[in-house]
Formats: sequence, C-alpha cells, structure tokens
Amino acid sequence: MYTFAQLYAALDETTKTSTKVEALTRYFECAEPADAAWAIFFLIGRRVRQAAPLPTLRAWAVDAAGIPDWLFGECYDAVGDFAETVTLLLPEPGEWSVEVDRSVLPFKGQQPLHRWVEEVLIPLRTQDEVKQCAIVRAVWATLGGTERFVWNKLITGTFRVGVSQQLVVRALARVSNADPPAIAHRLMGEWQPTAAFYQGLLAPETTDADVSRPYPFCLAHPLDDPPETLGSIDEWQAEWKWDGIRSQVIRRAGQTFLWSRGEELITDRFPEIAAIGALLPDGVVIDGEVLPWKNGAVLPFAQLQRRIGRKNLTKAVLDEAPSALLAYDLLELNGIDVRDQPLEWRRAELERLIATCAPGSQALLISPVVAAVDWDDLAAQWATSRTRNVEGLMLKRRSSPYHVGRVRGDWWKWKVAPYTIDAVLVYAQRGSGKRASLYTDYTFAVWDGDRLMPFAKAYSGLTDEEILQVDAFVRRNTVEKFGPVRTVTPELVFELAFEGIQRSSRHKSGIAVRFPRILRWRHDKRPADADTLERVRALLPKD
Amino acid sequence: MPDDVLRLTDVGLYCPAGDFYIDPWQPVARAVITHAHSDHARPGSAAYLATREGERVLRTRLGVEAHIETLTYGEAVSINGVDVSFHPAGHILGSAQVRVAYRGEVWVVSGDYKTEPDATCTPFEPVHCHTFITESTFGLPIYRWSPQESVLAQINEWWRRNQQAGRASILYAYALGKAQRLLAGLDAAIGPIFIHGALVRLTEDYRASGVSLPPVRYVGEAPRGFDWSQALILAPPSAHGTPWMRRFGVVSTGFASGWMRIRGTRRRRAIDRGFVLSDHADWPGLLAAIDATGAERVWVTHGYAAVLVRWLQEHGRDAAAVQTRFEGEAGDG
Ligand SMILES: [Zn+2]
Ligand SMILES: [Zn+2]
Repeated sequence: MYTFAQLYAALDETTKTSTKVEALTRYFECAEPADAAWAIFFLIGRRVRQAAPLPTLRAWAVDAAGIPDWLFGECYDAVGDFAETVTLLLPEPGEWSVEVDRSVLPFKGQQPLHRWVEEVLIPLRTQDEVKQCAIVRAVWATLGGTERFVWNKLITGTFRVGVSQQLVVRALARVSNADPPAIAHRLMGEWQPTAAFYQGLLAPETTDADVSRPYPFCLAHPLDDPPETLGSIDEWQAEWKWDGIRSQVIRRAGQTFLWSRGEELITDRFPEIAAIGALLPDGVVIDGEVLPWKNGAVLPFAQLQRRIGRKNLTKAVLDEAPSALLAYDLLELNGIDVRDQPLEWRRAELERLIATCAPGSQALLISPVVAAVDWDDLAAQWATSRTRNVEGLMLKRRSSPYHVGRVRGDWWKWKVAPYTIDAVLVYAQRGSGKRASLYTDYTFAVWDGDRLMPFAKAYSGLTDEEILQVDAFVRRNTVEKFGPVRTVTPELVFELAFEGIQRSSRHKSGIAVRFPRILRWRHDKRPADADTLERVRALLPKD
Repeated sequence: MPDDVLRLTDVGLYCPAGDFYIDPWQPVARAVITHAHSDHARPGSAAYLATREGERVLRTRLGVEAHIETLTYGEAVSINGVDVSFHPAGHILGSAQVRVAYRGEVWVVSGDYKTEPDATCTPFEPVHCHTFITESTFGLPIYRWSPQESVLAQINEWWRRNQQAGRASILYAYALGKAQRLLAGLDAAIGPIFIHGALVRLTEDYRASGVSLPPVRYVGEAPRGFDWSQALILAPPSAHGTPWMRRFGVVSTGFASGWMRIRGTRRRRAIDRGFVLSDHADWPGLLAAIDATGAERVWVTHGYAAVLVRWLQEHGRDAAAVQTRFEGEAGDG
C-alpha cells in the first residue's frame, strides 16, 4: 500500500506528462506483479463495488473522530472531498485514544496493495454492518497520511488521479518488451487484476484468451483543411458520420458482447442488437455505431439517451426507440485479428458477412459508402448532412489498417457544423429565477497540453432531467467552493455548439466564443476524449 | 453590555474605561497592537502601544513617523485606571495577547497565536482571565499540525532532492513571520539560501531584534548566469507565476502554510509541494488554549468563528462570535 500511495502522491504532485510517466515507470519496475495489476486497474479508472454507502461511512468516521455530525459537514464543506475529509479528521495511527480492535484485520502493519484489496476491501461487502464498521475502523487506525487517503478513495469508489490510460500504457511499454498497442488491447474488456494477468499484459506474444475483449477503437482526426488537400478522391472511402454510440459487437465462443467506446459493456441496454450476435459466426468483431433507428431512418440522438439512463427497458421504450448497429468495419474474422488488412479488404469481407448472416436485418446494417465522382460532388452531398441527421462525413483511406487510437493521416472526420467542440465540465454555479436552487450555469474546458483550460460558459441545452443529474453530480463531486462557484471533478463531457469564435486577450484561453450552448451530454466520452485548445484555435478565422 | 471591559465598535475592539482600542481598523487616538500583520496593525493612529520585542517589525510596517510606545512581556501599564499588559502569543516576533484588567474583571485578546514553540519568537503563554477573545483561523478539526521538526525535515529533504535533479527550490511563505521561521529551520549546510526583495527588510529586522538566522543573500545580488539549481529561494506567495521566476530556470515550487493541509488548495495554486506549517493554532491548539485561560466567556473572532462557537456552546461554554475585520491574509497561514 505504501508504494502505491507514494505513486499516487508523485502523480498528484505534478502536471508534467513526462514526470508522470517516470513515476509510473519507477513504480512498475519495482512492484510485484499482483500489486502492479491492481495499480493498473485503479489507475485507468476501474473500481471495485462500493462496500458501504457514504452516509454509513460518514457515521463511522464521525464516531471514530469523536465529533458531532454537523461538524463533519462543516469540514466537508471546507475540504470538498469525502475521502479527504475522513482522512484529515481521524487521528493518525498511534494517536487513537479510543479502543480499536486491530485483530479483525487478516494481517498486521505494512502490506502490499493487493493484500489490502483482496483480503480487506473486496471481502468487506460480504460482512454484516457491525463487522464492516470494526474492519474499517481498524484500517483507519492502521493506515496514516496518503495511504489512508488512497484507501478512502478506493473504498468510496472515487479513486482518480490525473493519468490517462495512454500514459499507463507508455510506462508499461517501457518496463517490458510488449508493444503499446498490444498492451492497450489487453487492457480492454473484462479482466481480473492478478499477477498472471500482469505477466500476460507485458508478454511479448499474444496469448489473449478473454472472449469478451474488444479492440482499441481507431479514431479520426478533425479535418481542418479543405478535403482536396487529401489528394485523389479515389484513395478515399466516404461514409456518413453517424451520431450515436460508437461500439463494437463481439461474437466469440457462442457469446455476444456489445462494448461502447467508453469501455462499458452495454449488451443488455440493446437487446435487439445483442440478438443479432446469434446470427454471426464465432470469431467476429464488428466496429459500428449504435443508433436510434426506425423505419429505415435514424432518429435524433436524444432517443438513444432514453435507452442509456434507464435501469429497466420497458416494452414501450423498446418500441418507441428501437436501435440498430450501423457497421463500419471488421476487426476480427474467423477468430483472426484482421486489423492490419487494408480497409478495402475489410469492407468487402464486412459486406459479404452481413449479406450472408443478417440479410434484411433492421438491427445490423452496413453503413453505406457515399459515392462521389470528385471532391466537389462529395462536398455537395456533405452539405446535406444536417437534413440527414448526420454530423458530416468520415473520410477513410482505402489502403489504411485499423489503427489503435487517434493516428493522423488515414481517418478524417469532416463535420458540417464547424463550431462544435467536446468539452469537460469544470465549474458550476447556481442558476437564477426558478432554477436558483440548481447548478445550471456551467463552465467548460478543453485540453491545453495536459491541463484543462476553461474556454466557454453555457446555460442551456439540457433537458430538465439531465439538469437534475448534473446538479446531483456537482454536489457529489465538488472539489472546491469559490464563492458561488463550485469546481467539480472533471468527469462529464458535453458537446458544445457556438455561432462564432474570435481571439480575446481578456480570456485566459485566448479565445472568445459567441452564443455557446450545450448540444448534448456525451455519456460515451471520457474527459481524455475532449477536444484540445489547439483544435478550438484552429476554428479561428484565418487572418 | 455597558459593564463590559471591551466592546466591539465600528472602529474595532474598544475599552471604554481606558479609552483605547485594540488592533483598530481605522485610525484612533490610542491603539494597542497585538502584532505587526497588516490586518491587526494599521497605520494612521496617533499613538501605539506594542511589545518591545516586536517594535522593529512594527515600525517597518507603520512607518518611521509612527509614535510607538513599548512594554516588555508581563510589564503592566495603567491607562486611565485600566491595567494593560502584553503576554506572548507565539505567532510571530513580538506578537502578544493583550490582557486588560479593570475593577477585578480580566479580559484577554489573543490576537493571532500558536501554541507550538517557534525559534523566532517568545512561546505562547496561557493567561488566566474571565473573558477570552480568541481567533479561529483554523477552527476546524481537520486542521491538526504535525510537529514542526518533521515538516522542516520534509522541506530540507525536498531541497536536497531538487538539487540532485538540478532544480532550483522556490519556497513561498508569508513575508512576515513564516519566512523567518523557515529560515531558522532550514539546513544552511545543504546549499545557498536566497530571499526575494520583499523579505529583505523584515529579515534584517528579525536579526536586529536578536533572532539568530542563517546567512542569506538577496536574489538581485546574484551574478548573471548564476546556477540556481543548488539554491533555495524564499519568496512571498505573490511572486508565484510572475516574470521574476524566469531567472531560476528549472524549478520546483513549494508553499509553507496551514492551508496546504487541504489538497484542493494546493492544486488550485498550481504549486508542486505543499508543506503544512502554520503560525496559527490548530484545532487541538485552540481548544487547549481556551481551556487553559479558565475563561467563563469566550468571544471568537476571524476564521471559523461560527463553528468554534457552536462547539464551545455544546461543551457548556458561554461563547459568541464577534465580527471583526481581522481578515487573515491569504498567505498568513
Ligand atoms: Zn497574524
Ligand atoms: Zn489575524
């Protein structure tokens, strides 16, 4: 636990990417594999199920600290973080005046991370409340400082530290002979953080057995220059840029899995798509877009939102907002990874597969290719995007492999509304008038290097239901209060639209946008997927 | 409360019987000063009464013209029949609690204080009284300080590591009090210590007042092209992010303040390291100090006054919050 807490402190202390990678590398060089596996698990944002609800933890903490509950509230308001408040309120180990029974722990003193997680944290869920309380107290009385803070973050499921999966992969590649793309792939899907997993993760050759594991998505760069700069149109395949949930459907060993780009398993959200898995042969992975789809046409994105936020899918919802997967690409065929084959080849195989296995299906369709004789012809069709409920065109080089992540040069997204940006919610403020009790005024940020730079405020665009959800998020995730403004954990991504953009010396970002509004909440995106300041600046009028 | 020895007015805490103010926030005829921080010692009053230990720093703050009379700790003076004396507050050099006694009623105004000893000033002494007026800057139980030896050791260790990595160490601290306390605690054998211009005069005042500090140099005296990678530079927090920093090349920044106890505060300031070192009492320190006075009544000023008052009331004390204009500057932690 100690070395992991040290790693946390080192990562938390710096904003420099290179320093973070160094700290990660140092950690992985020395960590025992079982610890390294759990460290990766938590660093890339995975969580174990919360063992006890926050109010219960709060009651235990209040009791252990010997303070009234109202005083916990005052402290929480000053700190803005539950785990940290508990950490700071409790006496350091050795300073406890109340009796603590440490024998409820399976071990004494310093122990590696994996023992704390496997022998204390995970079994905690299965204990009754009296036992849970005794164990948590014993942990609090054993761990001090950063270790206690990290433990509290883990037990509340709020462990976060400013590293992207990419940085973790980079550090892992440094301490092994494995390729970064192979590591990235092995980190997807469901896996158990064990010593064996860690060893497999760093193995030079692939021994991947997990049937549910998706591939890292190939992502496109925004096209900022005119498309004719891409050369001959014959080298390019154009498709509509659909506006849904980018997903992979996986059929292996007689089972079907649907993964979103946010690495969430969404199979049970979309039973009609899951059902088509049965039509596919084993060893097939298709990349596509989940869309609200009815009578051969796409519905507005909001219809899909109804499917995501809900615990129970009623028949009414399924009838009103049926969904389909529009297939883009074929990543695996006959159990073989075909991502290195040229797009042309993959497309032909994809067409053949769908035509034979799911002819006429309304749940699995192929995303049509937009044919054009030249760039002007294509531009004319591109201009019709809005009326088709699509965001523009995707341009993919016919000879390109299916890359890992965002690689420049082969895939471009050519959006119609140039002024849309994916940004991260960083500050929230209460509204006025009838919404004075809710956090409805938001400030959004984009990436400036590895820092989030606030660049726009927006007040409108969410549904009432979404506003309530964001409000609840803000209250739960306030990092800091600054007068009426709350700084929140950067976690929610929204797509913003605006009417104009200009340079501004008054704004720290150097830009000012006109009439910004929220187009939609991007549940499918993580903060790391948000746009960069560079990308926003690229929208500035050239002068 | 006409019988009160002290009362709160628009100008500050006032003693009607003695006709003087304690730490007034507007110019008055006679001001009794707890310590030289700018929210407690404001210029413009006709006459000041302060401690002898703090005279130099107070004059630097108030100007050479200021009319300042002094008393040593424990020495009493009668002002219109009211006994006034100063007692060590352990906050900064010359900081005092003001004891005011009139017709058998004893009131003590704490000013700012800390209970942990500090090499650069006389340590805090509890004073028995009927009414205690206490500060509450860090009046939450999350504020508990580690012993200063361990914090100073962390700072020295940080400096050593920075040297090894070829980085200059810039340590931010409040210019009056904290900066000199740090100087006294730094291990001068590690490397050269430099100070920002804003610290020069106050540091000389400390030395002239008899406080022993290691040798330091003013940043501006360093030759062009000086290699800063071995140095520790002490500066006020306001210097952070200014062009002044450019000369140092690759740096690591640290900030020594009680506020650094909270991770979010450190992150918002974009400082590499936070060192939790305060010149104010922590929560246990406040409670112990209040207890030690034996006071029947406690008035709570600047900080988390409402919280401390509620706590004291729940523990059977007569306590009330008083709205002063002692702000506690952002760096004064
Ligand atoms: Zn002060
Ligand atoms: Zn003060």
